[in-house]
Amino acid sequence: MSEIDIETARRVAHLARIEVAEEALPGLARELSAILTFMEQLGEVDVEGVEPMTSVTPMRLKRRADAVTDGFYPERILANAPDAREGFFAVPKVVE
Amino acid sequence: MSAETRAEIAGLGIAAARDAMRGGGLSPVELTEACLAEAEAAAPLNAWVHLTPEIARDEAARAADRMAAGDAPAMCGIPIGIKDLFCTEGVPSQAASRILQGFRPPYESTVTAQLRGQGAVMLGKLNMDEFAMGSSNETSVYGPAINPWRATGETRALTPGGSSGGSAAAVAAGSCLGATGTDTGGSIRQPAAFAGIVGLKPTYGRCSRWGIVAFASSLDQAGPMTRDVRDAAIMLGAMAGHDPRDSTSADLPVPDYEAALQQGVRGKRIGIPAEYRMEGMPEEIGALWAQGAEWLRAAGAEVVEVSLPHTRYALPAYYVIAPAEASSNLARYDGVRYGHRATLKAGEGIHEMYARTRAEGFGAEVQRRVMLGAYVLSAGYYDAYYKRAQKVRRLIARDFETVFAAGVDALLTPATPSAAFGLGDMAEADPVQMYLNDVFTVTVNLAGLPAISVPAGLDGRGLPLGLQLIGQPWGEGPLLALARSVEEAAQFVSKPEKWW
Repeated sequence: MSEIDIETARRVAHLARIEVAEEALPGLARELSAILTFMEQLGEVDVEGVEPMTSVTPMRLKRRADAVTDGFYPERILANAPDAREGFFAVPKVVE
Repeated sequence: MSAETRAEIAGLGIAAARDAMRGGGLSPVELTEACLAEAEAAAPLNAWVHLTPEIARDEAARAADRMAAGDAPAMCGIPIGIKDLFCTEGVPSQAASRILQGFRPPYESTVTAQLRGQGAVMLGKLNMDEFAMGSSNETSVYGPAINPWRATGETRALTPGGSSGGSAAAVAAGSCLGATGTDTGGSIRQPAAFAGIVGLKPTYGRCSRWGIVAFASSLDQAGPMTRDVRDAAIMLGAMAGHDPRDSTSADLPVPDYEAALQQGVRGKRIGIPAEYRMEGMPEEIGALWAQGAEWLRAAGAEVVEVSLPHTRYALPAYYVIAPAEASSNLARYDGVRYGHRATLKAGEGIHEMYARTRAEGFGAEVQRRVMLGAYVLSAGYYDAYYKRAQKVRRLIARDFETVFAAGVDALLTPATPSAAFGLGDMAEADPVQMYLNDVFTVTVNLAGLPAISVPAGLDGRGLPLGLQLIGQPWGEGPLLALARSVEEAAQFVSKPEKWW
């Protein structure tokens, strides 16, 4: 049985950039544990020498010339922005 | 127009409506008005989430002009619904999520552009599970769509399945002639089975994914949902084809799928995978499955028992791979470029903005999968979960390759482990219980194969059940011919009784 503790749940929420209230962490930990336990069946499979499947169809990706093929309409790109100013996306000040 | 005439016109199949319009007995404008009225009347089903009557009327008028000019492709003048996952230019496209509230794409998905370019009429957008994550439509920000079917003598609301539940409900209710769906683990085939319609998931790469909100990019595939197999063949022909904007779209010719229906079944070898005989499977489903095999045998096919030994590992592999890809794809919803942005308190900065925007914008199931994905991709767990799941995925794909290499043309299985269940029935269940809905469908996405769900009968409570046929890569034509044969034998003509 896979055990996700509260600390791990907090870390996963942070990795996913999702704000989770402190009091919701135990429930989240329980849910993730249950799902991960279900996934542990994968451990039964003999995967010795098996290459991971990284593409669905055995096709080589097509290439194209490295050239600009689209763009030049910033007003359309910005049309859905929650906050846009002077042709740019606007975000809260970032201080690192 | 009387209500009966209106329902009769809107209830025409794509092929019948096409032939009637080409013959001059029906106009695209008449057909569109009938469907718009049916769609409005179907409001209690909550299938349509954004109706677009102005666009529909405009497209119908243009379709009429094309008809008059003798330039009418098969989908010309056919009113359809579009799953909310497809970006449609200037029309709300929010993947049933709060995080994309108000989003109006400045572009059109390739699949909808092709359909509309061939004259199809867009009636509006259809309900679904949020970001296509769900099997009951209950994760939608719009609230669940409701199945037009009810158990005999009951009034309880049933799920139309998911994630393409709005598409299934709208087609089954006779408010559009066909609808687009997408299928990542069964999201076309399961709702089609629950609503008594046909749903086809094409081979991975057959339809462009460009402009469809991404869930799990190595599994997602768009396909048609229609009232019969012929209509699915016609609609797929308009949706399929190579698109340079999707690097995984296949540069292969698109066959005439309607013509392929003639191919017949004689001499085909149909495999019955032993591992799909699940413990606790309802007897009615097992009986229907056996009946399906009998129908194919009677039509001249040879039915053989086959083995797909890694089947039981498909669900756990899927629930590692799909959330991993989702956590990466959904990273883009951060409140910067589109959709919802959380309000900040004094002293808070961009990190709080990201995390709160996503907490407010994503529903519980989406949050769960994004976090699960982040976990299985994180340092220390990547090899144990993600990489192992990808290896198991290869073994699952190899199971199918082995069976096909041994001369099997297609496989026959049930589409779902049950008929439609009640809305709210799974509210207290563990998330894994809901995931079990995908048990017969998910293997196909992992292997990238085409598969179709065909309505084949009613259960003891009067609810539709579907059979699934799984085909070889790029073999949608022969697959449709087999599906047509099952459809003919099943003679499934039942319609939900109109209560809405």
